[in-house]
Amino acid sequence: MGMTITEKILAYHAGKERVEPGELINCRLDVVLANDITAPVAITEFEKLGLNEVFDREKVVLVPDHFTPNKDIKSAEQARYVREFARKYGIINYFEIGRMGIEHCLLPQEGLVLPGDLVIGADSHTCTYGALGAFATGVGSTDMAAGMATGEAWFKVPETIKFVYYGKMPRWLSGKDLILYTIGDIGVDGARYMAMEFTGEAIRELSMDNRFTMANMAIEAGGKNGIIEPDEITLAYVKQRAKRPYRLFQSDPDARYAEVREYNVSRLEPQVAFPHLPENTRPVSEAQGITIDQVVIGSCTNGRLEDLQIAAGIMKGKKVHPEIRVIVIPGTQEIYLEALRQGLVEVFIEAGAAVSTPTCGPCLGGHMGILAKGEKALATTNRNFVGRMGHPESEVYLASPAVAAASAVLGRIAAPWEVIK
Amino acid sequence: MIFRGKVHKFGADIDTDAIIPARYLNTSDPRELARHCMEDADPAFPEKVVEGDIIVAGKNFGCGSSREHAPLAIQAAGVSCVVATSFARIFYRNAINIGLPILECEAAVEDARPGDELEIDLNGGNIRNLTLGKAYQATPFPGFMQEIMARGGLINYIKERMKSGA
Ligand code: SF4
Repeated sequence: MGMTITEKILAYHAGKERVEPGELINCRLDVVLANDITAPVAITEFEKLGLNEVFDREKVVLVPDHFTPNKDIKSAEQARYVREFARKYGIINYFEIGRMGIEHCLLPQEGLVLPGDLVIGADSHTCTYGALGAFATGVGSTDMAAGMATGEAWFKVPETIKFVYYGKMPRWLSGKDLILYTIGDIGVDGARYMAMEFTGEAIRELSMDNRFTMANMAIEAGGKNGIIEPDEITLAYVKQRAKRPYRLFQSDPDARYAEVREYNVSRLEPQVAFPHLPENTRPVSEAQGITIDQVVIGSCTNGRLEDLQIAAGIMKGKKVHPEIRVIVIPGTQEIYLEALRQGLVEVFIEAGAAVSTPTCGPCLGGHMGILAKGEKALATTNRNFVGRMGHPESEVYLASPAVAAASAVLGRIAAPWEVIK
Repeated sequence: MIFRGKVHKFGADIDTDAIIPARYLNTSDPRELARHCMEDADPAFPEKVVEGDIIVAGKNFGCGSSREHAPLAIQAAGVSCVVATSFARIFYRNAINIGLPILECEAAVEDARPGDELEIDLNGGNIRNLTLGKAYQATPFPGFMQEIMARGGLINYIKERMKSGA
């Protein structure tokens, strides 16, 4: 019996020939990540162990991205706590404001996560790196503290659900739509404790940016990890960034899956997730006309260069609807600079949108675009829980950058083809 | 460990933003977190909850973010145990790691009504609804996790392992 890519990566890091779903194993870690919200709790736990050093100064990654640039005094204290820890223990991969980015956009860009890696992060969207053919999963701060100390973590080997996407992608369809559709199909706990393996001809054609978007939202279906086997597109992305060796794993043809689900993408419409769960998805044609107060284009789901290119392509030469505000947040400084060079930032500003320095900001209702009571937003982010972007009586709709840009122009939820004929 | 307390009942898919909204995450002080515990699911909860009370909820409790502030807030609010139909993966892990007792038991969840008195024997996974006079058996934890819990969480567990050089 063969193994899935997830099982192979786990087995490799546990020093075993093979592993079986359900088995409890101890694994070596390649990267241990935390942010300005989760690191403080992890640091306090780590200090309880009374150690003089972390297991590896290069493999611990700290990114202040949630409430930064510091939104208030308390956030500033948290950020300082993380900064001082990074200095004290000589953490090499600490990213200060001005050089940072949203963690899950930043780590792949910097070549810190590579195919075949095993990564834990004290952030649930750590699953993003599965797009590179790595096993990456979110944990809490105590797991992060233990990981910093020992370079190891325990795992229960998950069963895998295989998602096969076939057919040709229609013009405005993106990775965001595929993953929203999938979550709508299986529900927010449809893949609880399981690995989600995305495959099929439509995935093979997807750009890295779209693949990151898909793996990013595996957690929204309860998944332990989302993963895509590495191919030429992965290698082209990784080659220019890697500073250490990496390993390519593939699922065996006779690997065992808990379930296989197939989707024909050729007839899919862009998707919109209605409040207050990512599983409440409907085709955009059933959402057209819902008025909104704010559009947010950004986050670790859709704050990458291609996302900004698509949004700018739709907004170019047009104006933001007078009754709404639009906030665009590039995922990292590198993406920001490239968007500037390509004239995308100019398009957004001329249209009447605000462009922000990289931050999680409104995605988690932190700052930079909080909703008032009763307000509605359409966002390219990943969660639309009650109160996620502000007041408990505000509402968030989730969609792709193309739908977000079209909605920005028309002032209501809109399909891209309404703006670009 | 035996717990006894009154039931606070919640529905399915209670997410971490409902347990502790992100707007309060500019601190990790458990007492401050406790003041806003479950606020977006039941604004009166922080006022109502008393030491030893038990949260009973439907499937996928704790879905969403990885914030350990969620189990910490529940623990600091004085809740002795969370019984749910099922837990989201990261919440499950975090609860064990910080030593917040949790149990999965669908039948106990279905029957329990707000205000019912529960008695829970964590080691055996036995739940008794004293108000209804009914007993239930929850899925027991794997031995390895029981060991972490018995030592009061993952950090103590590792400390001991490091001491013994294992
Ligand atoms: S952008 Fe949103 S989902 Fe992503 S790490 Fe930041 S807060 Fe979390």
